[in-house]
Parts: sequence; structure tokens; C-alpha cells
Amino acid sequence: MRFELMPRTSVSPVARALAPVVAFIISFLIAGFVIWLMGRSPIAAFDVYVLQPLSDPWSLQELLVKATPMALIAIGLSYCFRANLWNIGAEGQYVMGAVLGGWLALNTHGTEAGFWVLPLMLTLGIIGGALYGLIPAFLKTRFGVNEILTSLMLVYVAQLALDYLVRGPWRDPKGFNFPQSVTFDPSATLPPILESGRVHYGFVFAVIAVLVTAVILGRTLFGYRLKLTGDAPRAARFAGFNSSATTMTVFAVSGGLAGLAGISEVSGQIGQLQPSISPGYGFTAITVAFLGRLNPLGILVAALVVALTFIGGESAQILLKLPLDLTQAFQGILLLCVLAADALVSYRIRLVTRGGGK
Amino acid sequence: MTTFEAILLTIVTASTPLLIAALGELVTERSGVLNLGVEGMMAMGAACSFAAAVSFDSTLVGVLAGMTAGALMAALFALAVLGFAANQVGSGLALTIFGLGLSGLIGAPFVGARRDPVAPVDIPGLSDIPYIGRLFFEQDLFVYASFALTILIALYLTRTRSGLTLRSIGENHTSANALGLPVLRVRFLAILFGGACAGLAGAYLALVYTRFWSPGMTAGRGWIALALVVFAAWRPGWLLIGAYIFGAATVLQLHAQAAQFGVPSQVLSAVPYLATILALLLLSLRHGRAVGAPGSLGTPFVPDR
Repeated sequence: MRFELMPRTSVSPVARALAPVVAFIISFLIAGFVIWLMGRSPIAAFDVYVLQPLSDPWSLQELLVKATPMALIAIGLSYCFRANLWNIGAEGQYVMGAVLGGWLALNTHGTEAGFWVLPLMLTLGIIGGALYGLIPAFLKTRFGVNEILTSLMLVYVAQLALDYLVRGPWRDPKGFNFPQSVTFDPSATLPPILESGRVHYGFVFAVIAVLVTAVILGRTLFGYRLKLTGDAPRAARFAGFNSSATTMTVFAVSGGLAGLAGISEVSGQIGQLQPSISPGYGFTAITVAFLGRLNPLGILVAALVVALTFIGGESAQILLKLPLDLTQAFQGILLLCVLAADALVSYRIRLVTRGGGK
Repeated sequence: MTTFEAILLTIVTASTPLLIAALGELVTERSGVLNLGVEGMMAMGAACSFAAAVSFDSTLVGVLAGMTAGALMAALFALAVLGFAANQVGSGLALTIFGLGLSGLIGAPFVGARRDPVAPVDIPGLSDIPYIGRLFFEQDLFVYASFALTILIALYLTRTRSGLTLRSIGENHTSANALGLPVLRVRFLAILFGGACAGLAGAYLALVYTRFWSPGMTAGRGWIALALVVFAAWRPGWLLIGAYIFGAATVLQLHAQAAQFGVPSQVLSAVPYLATILALLLLSLRHGRAVGAPGSLGTPFVPDR
């Protein structure tokens, strides 16, 4: 007796929408089991991870703050993944956006520079991320080098570059030798949306990115071209679509959005440059993109859901003494479940008994 | 022992985990499956082997635990990509994220513990050869195992029937299936083998290379192993050369940091990653697109009746 996958003749839209939800529930059950194995109560953990953050106004704001970078990055990644291109170096593009944008903030520090600093900083953030994203794209289109490995290797390089800058030339001379830059001036700080709140304008950028992407994917020739390049590359070539141009474009877009996420986080949330400016948003965004089914609105929802695991993870560390690594392990299992559930949407499982079948 | 000899010795130590992990991945990829989870399986191998070795005070138990952990992780990956025909790139990434997280959980109680060095095994006669004798024939068993594995895998792939089956499944799974070859079973075993090798490489890192556990200690070695497979054009012999070039680059970089040339340490730390990119670029320049890549690499197999 064994199982066999059979392609489905028609794919129900309900199943397509429900698959990530089912995957999420299954990963929760697995995580609950692991927590039980560790000798803690899964119910108490569920309370700390999910219910408490959702019932506390401070955590709800924190949810939006954490979801912002992941949504921005994942929206960008969805362009790549739709075209079947694997940019897994968003973490590096995020860092490079923060570095280039942060450069302006540090250079205008203490001067009477005006309102133009912030918009220029954000633009530089986008440019920094986009240029860094274009490196693997260029190596792929020009020389045929695999983009998965190059984009990932560049993450380590970007992190080392940031590390060098904040320990060396960009270190705050009055910072008691701590590896961090000066605190950004108010003119270089992304303000909160509500005066008393914590959610900064990065969230607005994320919502704009969602809306613009929805229009591009649904209503433009470029969106169609993207889908065709990913689903049927041969057909796309026959249709005269230039796959090199598509590759460069989607890497620039996803790098740019990751860079915007980086500079928004540094300028709106952290307020200075330091060796670590991300708890792995660039990698978690891959999970977010797939959990959201590469759909712009879905990604926004998925970012909020995954942000919950970050916040829950932080409070579980304090309240239940559960290590933060549990959150990362959960995110990995979640991505695995989402991908498996995706496959079940297009295939059905058939039980083949010995002698029967075929 | 001269300083020069000592440096050469550390090159062997730095290259061995890369070689072992890359050999496993090479077999997996030759069967047509791309497993990007090497880094995660390696981290799990390191954490589990160290935990077991400290708990039972036995290197052997540690090594077995590391290999088992790697194979179990690989089985999870196999369930997703073979059982559910899930996307291989995404599933491999998920495995890495999962493995890095879970290894942190498993290793946490063992932070700060240390293991004694593993005693080298002297091969009488051969270790007396001038220059290379002490370098290659007075090493720990892992090093010998890595050389043996290279030769065995090369022979297996080119000289045995089973190796031919594995390669043909990797080249074209549809034709192989039409010939009645057990595509999914062979791939499952190849994935498990790759996992066990990654676990062994992790065990080597934790038990011989550092002799302690720290989170994230694999530091991208799993990814470099993946790049090595491409660099070696999916051939075990070239893998051996590639792993030693990379091991040498890593060690020389460390010595350069210690010597303090006035170059920032971060620049030198970036060398292995930049070298990987450069190696992939040079390879593409010489041969055009991915030479020697198995035809079905990365595509899920679903029998169409």
C-alpha cells in the first residue's frame, strides 16, 4: 500500500485560499507538540504567543511595526518568485538600503539641513537595496551564474560591511566605544503616523506597495509577462518577452523594496545604525511571501500573522523561558507546511493498494 | 612542527567539513533533487552530535547522533518534496530556517561545555613520507573517511549499476520512470545520504574543529558546500580540489586577521563569501551555463499515470 500524487483536473479557488490557513493550523499543532515535549503547557504557550499580544493595545501597535519590514520585503520578493527567480538575499539588500540611507543621515547630522533630508534618505535606501539586488541579477543574465547562491553570499558581505562601518568610521565618538552610530536627527527620523503612537510611516509605504503591486499584477502587461515568464518560460520567449530585462527589473524592484524596509526600520524604529538591524526579516519574508500565496493582499495579512510569532516569541522568552530559537524553528516548519499544502491544491493523494492502482 | 606545517594542518581541518557536506549534496543532486537545506542539516548535526557527545562522553555516540539528526532532517525534506511534490528551493530554505532554529534549542543547555581533542590516528609507514606524510596520514579518522568517501562515491557513480540508475534518474526522471526505475525510492535514499553527510560534517565542526557549541557556528559553510557542488561540475574529484581551495582561503584569511595587516577584519571575513561568488563567475565564464548539471535537477517528479 502506498500513496501517489495525482494532478487535479480543476483547482478549486476555495482550496487555494484555505491551503495556507490549514498549513498554519498544522504548524501550530506541531509547535504545540514540541512545547509539550519541552515540558511546558501548550495552552499557556498559545495564550502568550497569540491571545495576549492580540488583546493588548501596545502589542497591537508593535504588531504593525514588526509587520512593516516583512510586508515590504515580501511584496518585493513576490515579483521574483512569480517569475520563478530566487532572490534569497533580501536580508543583504535590506542592510544595504539602511547603509546608503543612513550615510545621508550621518552626514547631515548636526547641520541645519531641512525637510529634504528624509525623502532623499528614503530614496537612497531604495537605490542602495536595488543596486545590491542587481548584482546577482546581472551575474545571472550576463554570465549565467546561479542567483540563489550569489544573492545569499552577498547577505554575509552586507552584514560584514555594516559591522565594519559602525565599529569603524561611523562609530559615535561620544558613544563610550559602543559599536553604534550617532542617533539620527529629527530631520532624518521617520515620524510616527499618530503623534502618540509607535507605528511609523513605513507601514504606509507597505500599504502603498501592496496596492500598487495589486494593480501591476492584475492590470498591466508587465504583470502578465511576469506570470508567463514563471509559468511557461518557453512560451514567454516565443512571445518575444525579454527574460533578461524581466530578471533585472524584478531584482531591482525587490531589492529596492527591501532597501526601503531597511532604511524605514533604521530611521523610524531603531534611530541609529548598529551591527544588527534585523532579527532575520529578509529570510522570514520568504515565508511571508509564500504564506500570502504571492498575492499582495495575502502578503499583508501573512506579515501580520508572522509578526505575531515574533512578538509572541519575545514575551514567551520572558514569561515562559522559551528560547527565541523556537520562533525561528516554527517559521521554518510553517514554510514547509505552506509549500506542502500548496502542492496539495494542485495534486490529490490517491491510495494505491498492492495489485490495484495504475 | 613548523608554523608552515601547522597552517597546512589547519587547512585540512577547515576543508574536511566542506568536503563531507558537499559530497552528500553531490549525490542528492545527481539524483535530481536540489536540497538547499545543507546549512540547516549541518547545524542540527553539530548541535545533536555535541549534545550527545557531552551527555554520553563519547565521540562515537556524538558522530552517530549527528548523522542521525542530519538524516532525520533530510527525511522531513523528502516528505515535502517527494511525498507532496513541494517546491524544492522553498522547502530547502525552510529546512535551513527550521534547522538553525531547532539546533539553537537543542544546543542551548550545552553552551560553554568543551570536548577534548579527538586523537589523531597515525598510519604507520605512510606518515613517515616527508612533507605530506604528517599532513595527510597523521590525522583524525574523519579526514580519512572524507578521502575514502570521495573515492567510493566516484566509483559508485561511474562504475556500478546502482550509480548508473541514480544518474539516469537525475538526468531525466520521466524516461527513467518509463524504464521502470524506482525514481522516488532512489531519490529518497539519495536525500537521506546527503542528510547524513551534512550531519557528519556538522559533527566534525562541533567535535573536532571548534570543540564547543555556539549558535550559528556553521556560519554559511552549508551554503559554501552547495556552491562547491556547482563549482565541481557535479564531479567528486573536482569537489576534493574545490573544498581544499576553499579551506585554504578560509585559513589564510584567519591568519591574515591575526597578523593585522591594517586591513579591517571584516574585509578578510568576507573573503570566503566573495571567493564563492568569484569561483561561480569564473566557472560560468569558462564553460557557459552550469556545466554538468543533472537534467532533472530541481524539478518535482509526479508520474503521469
